[in-house]
Amino acid sequence: MADDRALVERLKAGDEQAFMDLVVRWSPSMLRVARMYVPSAAVAEEVVQETWLGALQGIDRFEGRSSLRTWVFSILVNRARTRGERERRTIPFAALAREESEGEFAAVDPDRFVRAGDAVGAWAAPPVRWWEEPERALASAEAVDRIESEIAKLPELQRLVITMRDVEGLSSEEVRSALEISETNQRVLLHRARSKVRAGLEDYYANA
Amino acid sequence: MPDLLNRILRRRRGAPALSCQELVELVTDYFEDALTPADRARFEAHIAVCEGCTMYLRQMREMLEVLGELTPDSISPQAESELLAAFREWKGREPA
Repeated sequence: MADDRALVERLKAGDEQAFMDLVVRWSPSMLRVARMYVPSAAVAEEVVQETWLGALQGIDRFEGRSSLRTWVFSILVNRARTRGERERRTIPFAALAREESEGEFAAVDPDRFVRAGDAVGAWAAPPVRWWEEPERALASAEAVDRIESEIAKLPELQRLVITMRDVEGLSSEEVRSALEISETNQRVLLHRARSKVRAGLEDYYANA
Repeated sequence: MPDLLNRILRRRRGAPALSCQELVELVTDYFEDALTPADRARFEAHIAVCEGCTMYLRQMREMLEVLGELTPDSISPQAESELLAAFREWKGREPA
């Protein structure tokens, strides 16, 4: 956390650039987490703003026992929860996490594998290269649209976990402590989310 | 097809080798470094000889790369400039 200490010193010294860099980098994830507790995007944005102000006012109390980001997110979750209680919405994440990680799950349609015999469980219809031509590449606008719509279709917490981890680049530790879910739940949710998005993309490439 | 190799491995080591169907369920644990050393070894032994699973992993990696390049929704420019103003005010009050 040596980097955090330097960062905190810059903030205390009034370094605007350092502050705005953090705002730009962390606000998207903060917005998404806040949105889980409060009824509207507008309220979520207020919560994010309040969190930044609260963090500035409390920065002398930051002791570096957790990362700066984890500390800011814990302020965020407290505030979002308080607002959520006031304004209707509280989701027990742990319960939602259990719900979304229970039950049968297959990353790949079981029909794609050999059903019986010595080779049971081996690919019957193995995955193939998605694209040869660069314009069909994953980063093409159309493929990106498909990725976004696959993410949008996921159950709430799976969507949140894949977004925080894979789009926003938070660590599993940060996601776990922000959402207060277990490491195992976090991993199962991430697995289900990634597997479904991959399957959706495979479908896109098979039919496009 | 890794089934012949699977049978050989099973006989040699006594531990059952992974099927492709089992492997795809371990991909996240593999990326997250959450497999036991024994399971990791079985995973890698399978990948080393299985084209289908190698392609599956490649697709996952390519997908993760694109996910990392998506632009997350952020707060409004107005909220940002309010925060900048608030920071300047906070700085002004703070005895540096």
